[in-house]
Amino acid sequence: MSQSTSQKIPVTVLTGYLGAGKTTLLNRILSENHGKKYAVIVNEFGEIGIDNDLIIGADEEVFEMNNGCICCTVRGDLVRIMDGLMRRKGKFDAIIVETTGLADPAPVAQTFFVDEDVQRNARLDAVVTVADAKWLSDRLKDAPEAKNQIAFADVIVLNKTDLVSKPELAEVEARIRGINPYAKLHRAERCKVALSDVLERGAFDLDRILEIEPDFLEADDHDHDHDHHHHDGHDHHHDHGHGLKHYHDEEMQSLSLRTDKPLDATKFMPWLQDLVATEGQNILRSKGILAFHDDDDRYVFQGVHMMLEGDHQRKWKEGEPRESRVVFIGRELPEQAIRDGFERCIVS
Amino acid sequence: MTSFEPGGAQASIASVTDKVRPVAIGAPVTAVHFLGDRAFFVGAEERVSIVDAEGAMSKVEVLSGGILCAASDGERIVMGGDDGKLVALDKRGEVAVLVTDAKRRWIDAVALHADGAVAWSIGKTAFVRSGKGEEKSLEVPSTVGGLAFAPKGLRLAVAHYNGATLWFPNMAATAEFLAWAGSHLGVTFSPDNKFLVTAMHEPALHGWRLADNRHMRMSGYPGRVRSMSWSAGGKFLATSGADTVIMWPFASKDGPMGKEPAMLAPLQARVSAVACHPKQDILAAGYSDGTILMVRLADGGELLVRRNGTAPVVALGWNAKGTLLAFSDEEGDAGLLAL
Repeated sequence: MSQSTSQKIPVTVLTGYLGAGKTTLLNRILSENHGKKYAVIVNEFGEIGIDNDLIIGADEEVFEMNNGCICCTVRGDLVRIMDGLMRRKGKFDAIIVETTGLADPAPVAQTFFVDEDVQRNARLDAVVTVADAKWLSDRLKDAPEAKNQIAFADVIVLNKTDLVSKPELAEVEARIRGINPYAKLHRAERCKVALSDVLERGAFDLDRILEIEPDFLEADDHDHDHDHHHHDGHDHHHDHGHGLKHYHDEEMQSLSLRTDKPLDATKFMPWLQDLVATEGQNILRSKGILAFHDDDDRYVFQGVHMMLEGDHQRKWKEGEPRESRVVFIGRELPEQAIRDGFERCIVS
Repeated sequence: MTSFEPGGAQASIASVTDKVRPVAIGAPVTAVHFLGDRAFFVGAEERVSIVDAEGAMSKVEVLSGGILCAASDGERIVMGGDDGKLVALDKRGEVAVLVTDAKRRWIDAVALHADGAVAWSIGKTAFVRSGKGEEKSLEVPSTVGGLAFAPKGLRLAVAHYNGATLWFPNMAATAEFLAWAGSHLGVTFSPDNKFLVTAMHEPALHGWRLADNRHMRMSGYPGRVRSMSWSAGGKFLATSGADTVIMWPFASKDGPMGKEPAMLAPLQARVSAVACHPKQDILAAGYSDGTILMVRLADGGELLVRRNGTAPVVALGWNAKGTLLAFSDEEGDAGLLAL
């Protein structure tokens, strides 16, 4: 990781449908004895009890960039607030942006992709979605915002697990997985999660796109009231056979592509760019690790809607399988067309 | 080319770097204004550092947090903070609190009128307090990006999303809305009162000819325009945002419509601040690599004021007579130059 990246202030986006427990999680983060100072950007300014020195009221003002890209919306208020906050550099270690329950996380994320000044000072760390174990299944049916928030998430805190039965919990988890199998999922009561599970995730850091594997909970059904001790680097490659029901969300899906044959960079990059240009409104998130023909470096990319960023990450290791993997999470994705397009990028 | 070395390729540039009096502010700076012959360096937080022509410095505590905006009319500097206060600092260094927001909301923008009126904004609301102390407010559709008083009459321009609003606070008529899609952050009237120009979030300016509200698109910048300055007499608007100083012509009745801008003082760094001389056709330009050049508008002749190799220049200001130039980079590495 370059020094400049590590010096940038990490920004965590905290989202979740009305009543899911965002403010509870926020207060938990702030009250924990971590010795860090957070600047918190909230919406209902002054109306919720948050005990923190640096609280900034935001208006969630979204505007379209005049760049001909209709889904390229940014949070103008964030641009302004980040500018103001930078006057107080050194007075805080990280920023948390809490969105309203009905907000789409995309404009927040896109602000960090398109705004030069924001990018110079801050980096998006992760989108953390708090979901209500009791009501999420219903909201996924009637609230497109709730579905967006799940699809967009890097980390999902499944809250209020004490209010549901085990079958209900299995049901809601399966529904979440039907939409977004890649987010880290943490069960919680009253948002009791380890801070390391939600902060400093580096989910948008190209250097940390090491694995693109679905995240499976350890499926033992013990009560999740204990403190979490997640082992970093402990990969969750469990068999997916713990009796979880499989749901396929009709509208929002993830699509995973992989090949162990090298890709032709001169075909893949134009194809990817064209795909996000035409389907970008429906593609919420994309990520990939790529093995190009005649290239000893791993290439990694990630994207939010139509915005992509990518770079050579590192040399492929000796004996490491040179496998390319690409993941899209989106709405009504033309699966066959995407699969066919990807196939055509493989060097024959 | 990364530096100006005497005898190198840029040896043709005359230098006055040895005449600059260096000033160490010791904290980040965001702006500089002259009140009389003392330079007032506005810090990023809390303090203003006052430096006289001999380089003697004193510091004044003006706000208890970040200083978000500052404007000066040459008699005082008015600043808004993230502590919800609007304060005025006068020539003697005395601070007066003008406004305290009960909810400690940020004061995002400020503007001063020659007759003593002050305007400020909190969120979507723009406020005007006349020289006599009468206060009025106007709500606009989205957060105020910038404020500017017209040079004539008590008329305020309020920049926001999708355009700017022109408001006569003392008249009953509804405010006039000038539409243009996008986020408008900075705003300025031409000194002849004929044009309004906004700096947008995207790297472009937008302008309106006020007689008929005709649009002027001024684009092509690689970066956002953060600094705009009218040349003496208002013939040109000098702007930052590119690797040359972009000068839009405003001398004719059509302004820059259908015209190319003049491009002065190209460097391999981006212009970060501009300040036109108050009387002569000269400007000072600061760059993202710390360079400062003095540039003659007529022929683009350049004079090196400060070498590169530091943080971006963010503050440039002339005294009213045009005999002193003050500058600072982002980190507070500052200086004074007497002409």
